[in-house]
Amino acid sequence: MIWIVFVLVFWIAAWRVNIILTAQKPNRFNAFAVPALFGITLLLLWEGIVRGFGISPVLLPPPSAIAVTFSQNLPLLWEDFFQTFVKGALSGYIIGCGAAFLVAVAVDRSPFLQRGLLPVGNFVAALPIIGLAPIMVMWFGFDWQSKAAVVVAMVFFPVLVNTVQGLQASDAMQRDLMRTYAASYPQALMKLRLPAAMPFIFNGLKIATTLALIGAIVAEFFGSPIKGMGFRISTEVGRLALDMVWAEIAVAAIAGSAFYGLVALLEKGVTFWHPSQRG
Amino acid sequence: MRNVLPILTVVLALFALWYGGAVMLNKNWAYDKAQRAGVELSFGEMVKDTMTQEKPRLPPPHQVGAELWKTTGAMVQRGRAFSKRSLIYHGWITLSSTVLGFVFGTGLGILLAIGIVHNRAMDKSVMPWIIASQTIPILAIAPMIVVVLASAQVDDLIAKGVISMYLSFFPVVVGMVKGLRSPDHMQMDQMRTWNASRGQTFWKLRLPASAPYLFASLKVGIAASLIGAVVAELSLSQDGGLGARMLVGSYYGQTVQIWSALIAAATLAALMVASIGLLQRVTLKRMGMAQ
Repeated sequence: MIWIVFVLVFWIAAWRVNIILTAQKPNRFNAFAVPALFGITLLLLWEGIVRGFGISPVLLPPPSAIAVTFSQNLPLLWEDFFQTFVKGALSGYIIGCGAAFLVAVAVDRSPFLQRGLLPVGNFVAALPIIGLAPIMVMWFGFDWQSKAAVVVAMVFFPVLVNTVQGLQASDAMQRDLMRTYAASYPQALMKLRLPAAMPFIFNGLKIATTLALIGAIVAEFFGSPIKGMGFRISTEVGRLALDMVWAEIAVAAIAGSAFYGLVALLEKGVTFWHPSQRG
Repeated sequence: MRNVLPILTVVLALFALWYGGAVMLNKNWAYDKAQRAGVELSFGEMVKDTMTQEKPRLPPPHQVGAELWKTTGAMVQRGRAFSKRSLIYHGWITLSSTVLGFVFGTGLGILLAIGIVHNRAMDKSVMPWIIASQTIPILAIAPMIVVVLASAQVDDLIAKGVISMYLSFFPVVVGMVKGLRSPDHMQMDQMRTWNASRGQTFWKLRLPASAPYLFASLKVGIAASLIGAVVAELSLSQDGGLGARMLVGSYYGQTVQIWSALIAAATLAALMVASIGLLQRVTLKRMGMAQ
């Protein structure tokens, strides 16, 4: 009971502080503190509800128990992370995005192919491609190669569609200017059209970061060596060791956010001129 | 209409790739069989064999098509459309949890968006976490959520719907926040000139203005919702569904079955996106917003 009261009081207090903070002029401290306070409140709320209502840790372990499991199993978590993220997701991400980019540039010279590829690509990007996972495991075996193959299939079309769209983003005036300069096709591509396409390309790359991690983990449900995040999640669920599962989820969340953040940072550096990055 | 020819070309190229891949991937097995039987295969015989194998590594399109017909159309003709072996039955299971999750996800998304637009503290504190929540590979923990909910005596359909809901609420929140904020200064000033209350501004200006954004995100949301349902079915495979068909197929090496389930899921996705597109066209036309 004490826990519930404490958490409720904390919740209301944090909410008041946030209202006061947002009423002030926005600055660096505010932009960080407000969401951070909300996150801490959520964690406390979780802890308080689990303890206050005596929910069985088999159903929902409290954050403190997850943190303990996390710190006790660091070597194991690192091994799983390396297997799934670095070997499976990252290699697939690089191959898939690279291939999509090259295909988009190759298709770029033919408006006919572009008109055909865009609708088909958009359609395929909406399909449950994750269903290819069992087939890829059959083709490429249990190790990371099959995971990378699923990731390639998942990231290919979103990146392709965005790149093709981006390459059409420069407007007629700018392209005319290039012609006035007597720029060759590669010159116009390198100096105008690719830079202009960057915001679109990065949009695709950012979508692909999440897809890559999902693809690598879900593919492990269909068969994997005895390590990897997906393998660990599915076996520990079977043993009802949910604190370990949540520790893996924490790893996945940290890895996913860091990966996304890294690509977003790269975007900021490359497309500093775009209106969405100023301001 | 001028896009029809290019699209057909691309689709035909994909089919050609598919057939080529089938020959490449299945030829080893064909040669293996021939060697054990002690016969020499000519190229033509080899190609013919790759098209008709029982458990091919990559089934060619016509085999998948035949399996699809066998499990849908042929069963309807025999009056057994909802037998457990029919894809219509499994598709229906997937569809129901998809739609359940989608409806709740959309509702949650719209409510969150309204809160975010009208409350600054909520905007600043909740929005970053909504975005962060999507960098978490939620699909990966679908099995856990499903198992936990199922052990807490929650109905299986709802357990699967929760995954779909989580995946579909995000595009709706982002789209609706954008849409509800889309009326420009002039229009908002006009509302103030008429002394409109916040509620009136919301119902008469913000909500109608957000309709195009809403439909765009609904299309993304329903596709995501279907993916969630398929993955959730991997963990609750005893209930059936297209995801369960894929899992069972992968256990027994029934590649034709996996591919036909995959094509069925793709068709389902296309139908749902198309019906939302139709709804969009009709609604926007009646609202006088069609381009």
